Amino acid sequence: MLATAIIVFREVIEAALVISIVMAASRGVPARGWWIWGGVGGGLIAACVVAVFADTLAEAASGVGQDLFNAAVLFTAVAMLGWHNIWMQRHGRELAREMNQVGKAVVSGERPLYALAIVVGLAVLREGSEVVLFLYGIASADESSAGSMLTGGVIGISFGTAVGLAIYYGLLRIPTRHLFRATSWLILFLAAGLASQGAAYLVQADLLPPLGREVWNTSDWLSEDSLIGQILHTLVGYVSRPDGVQILFYLATIAIIASLMRLFGDEPARPVGH
Amino acid sequence: MQNRIYSGRFIVLSALLMVCGSVSAAENYTLTIKEHRFEPEELEVPAGRKIKLIVKNEDSTPEEFESRSLKREKIIPGKSQATIFVGPLDPGTYDFFGEFHEESAKGRILAK
Ligand SMILES: [Cu+2]
Repeated sequence: MLATAIIVFREVIEAALVISIVMAASRGVPARGWWIWGGVGGGLIAACVVAVFADTLAEAASGVGQDLFNAAVLFTAVAMLGWHNIWMQRHGRELAREMNQVGKAVVSGERPLYALAIVVGLAVLREGSEVVLFLYGIASADESSAGSMLTGGVIGISFGTAVGLAIYYGLLRIPTRHLFRATSWLILFLAAGLASQGAAYLVQADLLPPLGREVWNTSDWLSEDSLIGQILHTLVGYVSRPDGVQILFYLATIAIIASLMRLFGDEPARPVGH
Repeated sequence: MQNRIYSGRFIVLSALLMVCGSVSAAENYTLTIKEHRFEPEELEVPAGRKIKLIVKNEDSTPEEFESRSLKREKIIPGKSQATIFVGPLDPGTYDFFGEFHEESAKGRILAK
């Protein structure tokens, strides 16, 4: 039961952290609940479908189908996070200005919430399919342990959710006027971490060269299996033994998103007339 | 115009062939999962070369092949198999385990 709880917890925490950042980033947007929980629901349904076809997926593309699928999911999430940040950079300033005047509800309702819904859905899909597969595997193998499996699963999901909630409420303590900036930094690092994870899948599938296996090794100092290590892994993409190509993807993602934010974000300075 | 399309296709095709070529160049090794154990538990491979590891799961339950030192993590559903590329490795020992049955599913790769 404890083993089940720990394995489920490890999967759930990644999705929970992504959801908590997305929730914080869309704070105050009226329709966000529909989008985010819609994303979670869609992700859960898709996770079950993926779990059902897991064996087909595993054997696809000469045995690397799962890696290709994971990489595609991760890079789609990176694109959506990047798009959200670029959009926010463009409109965030207007938004912040008009919040005092028109009231934030109307203006902020236009935000590209579908991008965040997709990100949430993909995170739930990826981690959820592993959980579904794992729990289904135990349940079908040994019916007597179904009860303790269920308990373990529930414990794992609750603890994962609790960590997500803690991060969410932690982020809410940031004053609103700084929250946009803080969440856009978080999203930038989140995207970079996901891109580096995606690169690792492509190395595993032999479609990308590692460009240096294990450039450094800090696993004695901070293991990715520890709670802190895992949280940092999801939030900022911490990897204790990165391949060169992972570092490259990490930095390139930050550089590309940040320069697009600059390029499209900076409105020409117009007199606002304070 | 026609020509350009064809030469474009040719480039794509030869790129694909190169990818396939590099894939098939890796040596094949097979690991079997049976009753939540790896077989063999110790696998000797040449150092400095890319290895194609075929992991067959003969159990009905899924297993997650995981190795921190190899930096590999992959779910192998029950009654199926998957491919994991590793290396080129420095000489040494690389531990791996099945994350879903950590007590029994353990093994190592010896690169020589
Ligand atoms: Cu996972």
